[in-house]
Amino acid sequence: MTFRKYLVLAGVTLCASIGDSLLSRGMKQVGSISLHHFSDLILAVLNPSVALGIFLLLGFFASYMIALSWADLTYVLPATSLGYVLLTLIAKFFLHETVTTSRWIGVLLISAGVGFVTQGPALTHNPAKCQKANCETASARNQP
Amino acid sequence: MKQAYAWSAIAAIVLASTTGDVLLSRAMKQVGDVGELWRQSGLLTVLGRVLRNPNFLLGVLAMTTAFYSLLFGLSWGDVSLIAPASASLTFITNAIAAKLFLHERVDHRRWLAALLVAGGVVLLAA
Repeated sequence: MTFRKYLVLAGVTLCASIGDSLLSRGMKQVGSISLHHFSDLILAVLNPSVALGIFLLLGFFASYMIALSWADLTYVLPATSLGYVLLTLIAKFFLHETVTTSRWIGVLLISAGVGFVTQGPALTHNPAKCQKANCETASARNQP
Repeated sequence: MKQAYAWSAIAAIVLASTTGDVLLSRAMKQVGDVGELWRQSGLLTVLGRVLRNPNFLLGVLAMTTAFYSLLFGLSWGDVSLIAPASASLTFITNAIAAKLFLHERVDHRRWLAALLVAGGVVLLAA
């Protein structure tokens, strides 16, 4: 894992959590959209928060795809779940919401999970680099 | 009855997003390290290879299905049940699917990580 790869993982985490919160804020400003006025949904993009949120979610998807090109799914998903922790910290220190004890325990559990998975290797099986014939032996060699 | 609808929506979301994640992960492994490929043959080659990969297109389709299942689910049931339950279960089903279909080596550390994160997500949303 290089510094650049950690930056990509940070990009996945930050874009997803900030993008989601911007979309949520923007859609609350837009108000509820009924099925009869479906065009309102297209006009919702004109709201700056919604537009920025969509832009960040595109950034999330791009960095998620880049991370999956060199890391396992079971590495990327837990490693980027720190976004949930980030959202809680934003809620506590910037939005001054009360964060209950059970939520803090949730933050601890997620942080512990991230700690566990990032201690191990990022990639354990690469189908592109192991041909069908030697695939089994290669993955058998990887066993501890 | 409402509960049954909510859980079938959760099942649909979990199934679709796990399928999507597995397909996208497989597609990107077939494309190869994006950073290296970009340096060697440029951004257009990377985009071309990703967008022409059938697994990528199917993965995006599955993710879209998951998104619409979530929207439908939210219109039937409580957001406080459907959103955390599907997010949390997806971490566990992804670990199982990655082991079965992507042959990733899911060791104790990764099982523990998936379970801790799944538990944490439930507590955060509760």
